[in-house]
Amino acid sequence: MENFTPVSALIGGALIGLAAAGFVLLNGRIAGVSGVLAGLLPPTRGDSAWRLMFLIGLLVGALIYRVAVDFSDTVSFTGNGWLLVGGGLLVGFGTRLGGGCTSGHGVCGISRLSPRSLVATAIFMAGGIATVYVARHWVGA
Amino acid sequence: MTRALAALAVGIVFGLGLAISRMIDPAKVLGFLDLAGRWDPSLLLVMAGAVGIGFTGFRVARGRATPLLDTRFYTADRRDIDWRLATGAAVFGIGWGLVGVCPGPALAALAYAETEGVTFLAAMTVGALAARGAAPLLARRP
Repeated sequence: MENFTPVSALIGGALIGLAAAGFVLLNGRIAGVSGVLAGLLPPTRGDSAWRLMFLIGLLVGALIYRVAVDFSDTVSFTGNGWLLVGGGLLVGFGTRLGGGCTSGHGVCGISRLSPRSLVATAIFMAGGIATVYVARHWVGA
Repeated sequence: MTRALAALAVGIVFGLGLAISRMIDPAKVLGFLDLAGRWDPSLLLVMAGAVGIGFTGFRVARGRATPLLDTRFYTADRRDIDWRLATGAAVFGIGWGLVGVCPGPALAALAYAETEGVTFLAAMTVGALAARGAAPLLARRP
């Protein structure tokens, strides 16, 4: 487990929780990224500014980290374009059909002890683990 | 205006959290999902930290009649487990396992200006629109 980073994981996680708590206490909203984004497809009058600002904030937060903490930091996506497109389609389709993603069901839903979110999180975690198992240890991709 | 600024602030804190915890890096997420490989349990601690604070926040919210900046809470109270929830979560899990990217990190990773991130976001948007179109067709009963 040489790649385990417990301290940064806990600190970053606490910030994500702070954002979820702040959003419901200030705006009464669930900080679920797929749901906030879906509300902009298409944008409706009077219900778009907060959505857009939240999503821009995600990007700005990551940008602040790069500028203030570590500009040499990188992220590594798979270089396989078809896999990216396929993964993106499935993530977009699945999160909307299932009504949430890692933030909406995973963080906010579990924080509220929502039975729907507990079930959804268990299923997508299992799905992700099974897929990686097949891809890395059977197919060897 | 105030609500939009609050949303921006909340988004910034969220994005910082994703970057600090490294959940913004698909390779890191795949390391968590790879139980049979060199397993990286970091995501579990991210969830623990997030739910620890989130749980308190939602408890406080439940004791209030309204949020601070709006006239009502926009939180759903559904408790039913239906096929849509289960199928959607399974499809999402497969996509997540294929590339290690979910919606929050996909947006935050735009800060790294990687074309792969943009490709994923475009596909994800198409997938979301497809789900909206398909859901009524797939529905056998309400």
